[in-house]
Amino acid sequence: MYSQDESLEALQDIKKMMERSSRFISLSGWSGIAAGICALLGAWFAHNKITQYSTEANTDKTTHDIFSFPQIGLLQELMLIALFTFMAAFVFAFIFTYLRSKKNKIPLWGLTAKRLLINTAIPMMVGGIVILRMMQLGYYELVASSCLVFYGLALVNASKYTLAEIRYLGYAELILGVISFWEIGFGLYFWAAGFGVLHIIYGTWMWWKYERVKS
Amino acid sequence: MKNPIDSLNKVFDSRVRLGVMSVLLVNEEINFNDLKELLQVTDGNLASHLSNLEENGYIKVKKGFIGRKTNTTYSITKAGEKAFKEHLGGLENMIKGAK
Repeated sequence: MYSQDESLEALQDIKKMMERSSRFISLSGWSGIAAGICALLGAWFAHNKITQYSTEANTDKTTHDIFSFPQIGLLQELMLIALFTFMAAFVFAFIFTYLRSKKNKIPLWGLTAKRLLINTAIPMMVGGIVILRMMQLGYYELVASSCLVFYGLALVNASKYTLAEIRYLGYAELILGVISFWEIGFGLYFWAAGFGVLHIIYGTWMWWKYERVKS
Repeated sequence: MKNPIDSLNKVFDSRVRLGVMSVLLVNEEINFNDLKELLQVTDGNLASHLSNLEENGYIKVKKGFIGRKTNTTYSITKAGEKAFKEHLGGLENMIKGAK
């Protein structure tokens, strides 16, 4: 009845079903790379705006603190850049993941996608509220670090519901975020490193590991 | 020594039933539609396999409602967990026997 080959096949089937039913495995490495590029572009735009405003303001205080210009105009433009960056990153991440799920013939929207979304959204939403309140109170210098920390927590939480390696990206974001709390004034650079460079590294690693066509 | 075949469970010969048990081992509970999507089988096919597993006492069925729609969820029983793990052990022994 059961040969060795059949036993092996049955075990592989079991493993596949367990994985498929508990983790969202369609997340593409390209999504990470695309999100990273969006973040770097966003940071570049933000950096230009800040330089532009600080020259206009022509302050003789030479401060590196890029979040210490609470001019309303700059703030609004930075918020706009941030929003646009986030949306672009999300759209590109979605497209590549959609393509991967198509290729692997796994439905994109299902039990695992729902779980992943909820468990990522909880730390992100709370983080968003906290950061908005920080800005209201004028603690702009803490915004970039807080983004990194809450995002890191969201990723560590998400790692139970998708590719387990995302946990390491989460740890890296957390370390970077915590360090940046002591390097006030370099927020944008840390932000670019965390959301730009780390995403690109992670995306490339995941692509290499799971999607590369092995010859 | 016990013949490894003895620990293989006939109920789990079917790929669908094996799939259901695998899914239920890692998910506390799951509803009919999600299960159908995961295993990619038809309604009737899945339903008959599920009732077989239920008759064997390996899974528990809970009928509920979401709004006006029925929502049937399934979960694994202690007996089911034990039977499935024994079956896994059996498979392992079969493979070990090859060496």
